[in-house]
Amino acid sequence: MRRSMLFIPGNTPNLLINGAYLGADALIFDLEDAVSPDEKDSARILVRNIMKYMDLRGCEVIVRINSIDTDYWKKDLDQIMTQKPDLIMLPKTGRAEDVLTADAYMSEVERRLGLAPNTVRLMPLIETALGVENAYAIASASPRVAAIFLGAEDLTADLRCKRTKGGNEIAYARSRMVSAARAAEVDVYDTPFTDVNDDEGIRVDAEYAKSLGFTGKASISPRHVGVINEVFSPSQKDIEYAYEVMDAIRQAHEQGRGAIALHGKMIDAPIVQRAKQTIAMAEEMGVGKAVHHE
Amino acid sequence: MEILQKAYAGTLESSDAYVEIEPGTQGIQLELNSVVSQQFGQSIRRLVEEVLTDLGVANAKLFIADRGALDCVIRARVETAVMRGKGE
Repeated sequence: MRRSMLFIPGNTPNLLINGAYLGADALIFDLEDAVSPDEKDSARILVRNIMKYMDLRGCEVIVRINSIDTDYWKKDLDQIMTQKPDLIMLPKTGRAEDVLTADAYMSEVERRLGLAPNTVRLMPLIETALGVENAYAIASASPRVAAIFLGAEDLTADLRCKRTKGGNEIAYARSRMVSAARAAEVDVYDTPFTDVNDDEGIRVDAEYAKSLGFTGKASISPRHVGVINEVFSPSQKDIEYAYEVMDAIRQAHEQGRGAIALHGKMIDAPIVQRAKQTIAMAEEMGVGKAVHHE
Repeated sequence: MEILQKAYAGTLESSDAYVEIEPGTQGIQLELNSVVSQQFGQSIRRLVEEVLTDLGVANAKLFIADRGALDCVIRARVETAVMRGKGE
């Protein structure tokens, strides 16, 4: 379950050692924008040591490396992959070829370290107009890709428009990203909401992202993590309905009935699929029921 | 592994450690300034020596200003200082 992803600057010990206590499902240790060029070496060594020695309390670990047009990204992977992060976030991914370049080097490092192929997955960060237009090609470029992630700050600079709280300027990119990700059968994550003091704004923004089909949302502030988790979790009503759907399906099968209705509404395959997803998530959150379902 | 030049790593911020390293000829000479030196001074010294041994550094002068850093942070800062001291 990955609803929230919290960015942590890669060269700041105080934040790195406390990240796992802030409630996020995933931590993004950032070696890119949060680290100045003369501290890149220091940050990658620090993040490697944090991953090796700290108890990260079951948080998923994502490391944002530097982009493949820099001299840093291979050194980042050489160091970081020794600790088997769950995912590598690849910034400024514009084309499928960028994914293949990173994928090829990650395969080389996995062989060198004796790791199984695709042990470490990829999350391309799409933050240019080119990346948005190539979103499906990027998402489906390699089985190593587990998710794609929209970065709106760089994107709006590339689009030559102003980033606003309402987000009209990224409406197309958001919808395109969700469609591309779902077509490629990978997860999709929404850009952070950058006003850390606007508690109502983050809720509206997260609810909008969820309504479009995003799997979850990134955050640059621990203050936003709780709201993101809440918005991207199924409600109690959703969970109860999901169990009712699965019960109805089971009873219909036992009685040899094909068509199934619940509360006067036909239950079709997409509803069953959604119910299964809801129950799986509820069980992972520890709020599911011990009910057998198909 | 030989330290070829004076080098620095880390900061003086809380939970961090600032490490200076320079070439030496008389084994490991460590000056430690720590807010927790009473309780953890010996442990920090052992940790630094372990990291230097792992990296093959037999001779070096070090100054460490510890601001309550965890072991993994001290390890990272010493390793970074060594790498920079080697000119990498």
